Amino acid sequence: MEKLIEILNELHDDVDFESENALVDDGILDSLDIVTLVTEIDSEFDVRIPPEEIVPENFNSAAALWELIQKLDEA
Amino acid sequence: MLFTSYEFLAFLALVFLAYYLLPKKTQWIVLLVSSYAFYALAGVEYLAFILFTTVTSFVVTRLMERVSNREKSYLAEVGDMLSKDERKAFKNKCKKRRFWILCLGLLLNFGVLAVLKYTAFAIVNVNSMLHGFGVESTLSIPSLILPLGISFYTFQTMGYLIDVYRQKAEAIKNPFKLALFVSFFPQLIQGPISRASDLAPQLTEPHRFERRNFTYGAQRILWGYFKKLVIADRVLVAVNTMIESPEEFRGAYVFLLIILYSIQIYADFTGGIDITIGIAEALGIKLAENFKRPFSSRSTKEYWNRWHITMGSWFTDYVFYPISVSRPMLAISKKSRAWFGKKIGKRIPVYLATIVTWFLTGLWHGAGWNFIVWGLLNCLVILVSQELEPLYSKFEHRFPKLHASSTYGAFMSIRTFLLMGLIRSLDCYRNVPMTFSMWGSMFTEFDLPSVLGEGLLSLGLGLSDYIIVGLGCALMFAVSRAGKDVSVRERLYDRPVLSWSLFGTLFILIIMFGAYSVGYDASQFIYNQF
Repeated sequence: MEKLIEILNELHDDVDFESENALVDDGILDSLDIVTLVTEIDSEFDVRIPPEEIVPENFNSAAALWELIQKLDEA
Repeated sequence: MLFTSYEFLAFLALVFLAYYLLPKKTQWIVLLVSSYAFYALAGVEYLAFILFTTVTSFVVTRLMERVSNREKSYLAEVGDMLSKDERKAFKNKCKKRRFWILCLGLLLNFGVLAVLKYTAFAIVNVNSMLHGFGVESTLSIPSLILPLGISFYTFQTMGYLIDVYRQKAEAIKNPFKLALFVSFFPQLIQGPISRASDLAPQLTEPHRFERRNFTYGAQRILWGYFKKLVIADRVLVAVNTMIESPEEFRGAYVFLLIILYSIQIYADFTGGIDITIGIAEALGIKLAENFKRPFSSRSTKEYWNRWHITMGSWFTDYVFYPISVSRPMLAISKKSRAWFGKKIGKRIPVYLATIVTWFLTGLWHGAGWNFIVWGLLNCLVILVSQELEPLYSKFEHRFPKLHASSTYGAFMSIRTFLLMGLIRSLDCYRNVPMTFSMWGSMFTEFDLPSVLGEGLLSLGLGLSDYIIVGLGCALMFAVSRAGKDVSVRERLYDRPVLSWSLFGTLFILIIMFGAYSVGYDASQFIYNQF
């Protein structure tokens, strides 16, 4: 989770990712951020996020994203 | 049958009567019959194409669902006896099978769209290449029909196919209900491009008459007609005059064209969508919004999140993400990081996917280089803005008061409006070199006083027309501002006297100032051509 927060902070260093839970709904993360995030996750965690999982619920908070990474890693 | 014709109003009255007077369980059948009648009136020959999309989509989604059901029942039966790897391999096998069925569906439907819409464009380009190589003979261009709204209904239906493949939507089991989802007449010719999970259930569930829905719908329809008939079709006269004689209307006229065409396309497209959403609302069906005050956007990126929203989200979900997170793109990302370093390398997949997406968005709008260049210029502006983001951020931190001021906000919005208008003028001249030459003339032949003097009156509109357009724009701006948080209709609902007076006045304004007197022609909506 720490590594994920680090990746998120590289995208937006002015956001408190530990507490924010409307990253997509509030427009903090846009489509370009999301793709950068997906490639970073693939590179750092060796987990590929398929396009069908790119939905606001999975990207609205760091916790939701972490849960998705774990789910895909186990699948 | 245009939305702006008397025949359409009569047709609409009949639909409403049948919809609410016949038993509720037959409402969806009323909608299906109405939709096919509407489309047949546009051209009986078009029916074959929409039927093809419906039938192929029905077969493909049912086949994909059969594979999914078999997968579920097999895993439920013997899943516990399989190892994790065996389960994963079986799931992948099923997914691959669904994928090939999906490809067949996409190929058939996009294939028809491509042949009908792009054959002539492709042949013209091949001929000019042959000519460039000194070959005298040319390929002849076949005469093909382009069914009304084919880009819209194909995209909506292919989105549904992909959702079924992704198991985000269930296959519609009744072919006639699917036929209604594909052909729902209010949105058939210019969108919004709906998602099956939002629209399909609403179309087939019973709706009882609700005064609030019907009133809201009628008010929105009226507002749409006002925008289209009073503003868009009036401005159209001046825009067409300038486009038809580009050599005569250069320099400051190009600037005027950019402003007027922006007003025209806004009033035309949002007006059409207001009519569409209003009709659906009066039927008790909620369609997705397609605009959110786009001309108040401070950046191009924000503008594209507010203009033609359903098309933008279609391309994001079904083109941009699948390309940018695909295996080849992730491999490119890894390689480019190794070659160019992390900072540049991580941008490569995003940039490649953005370029492809905007190229296709341009192509979707029409078979012409002007549309492709339009798409790529939008892409360029978005990517440059993205790169300049740290600079903007520094500026924001350095001058926080200025950045937060309404004057600076207005400056940013006007800048975005003009930039988007400039790129959009490619849509007017439909010729890339000529458009560039016209842009250049703004710097070399800019004579604003002569345009604002007699020039304005040489474009087919009188002073009264400009006053009507000016007041109309002021009204659109006021309504847009007033409805920022709560819609104007909701504010007025509990004040019936004021509401009836205002909408009564709007009705009279449409009758009095609608552009359908001698010399005008209530024209087709711009987006019907796409």
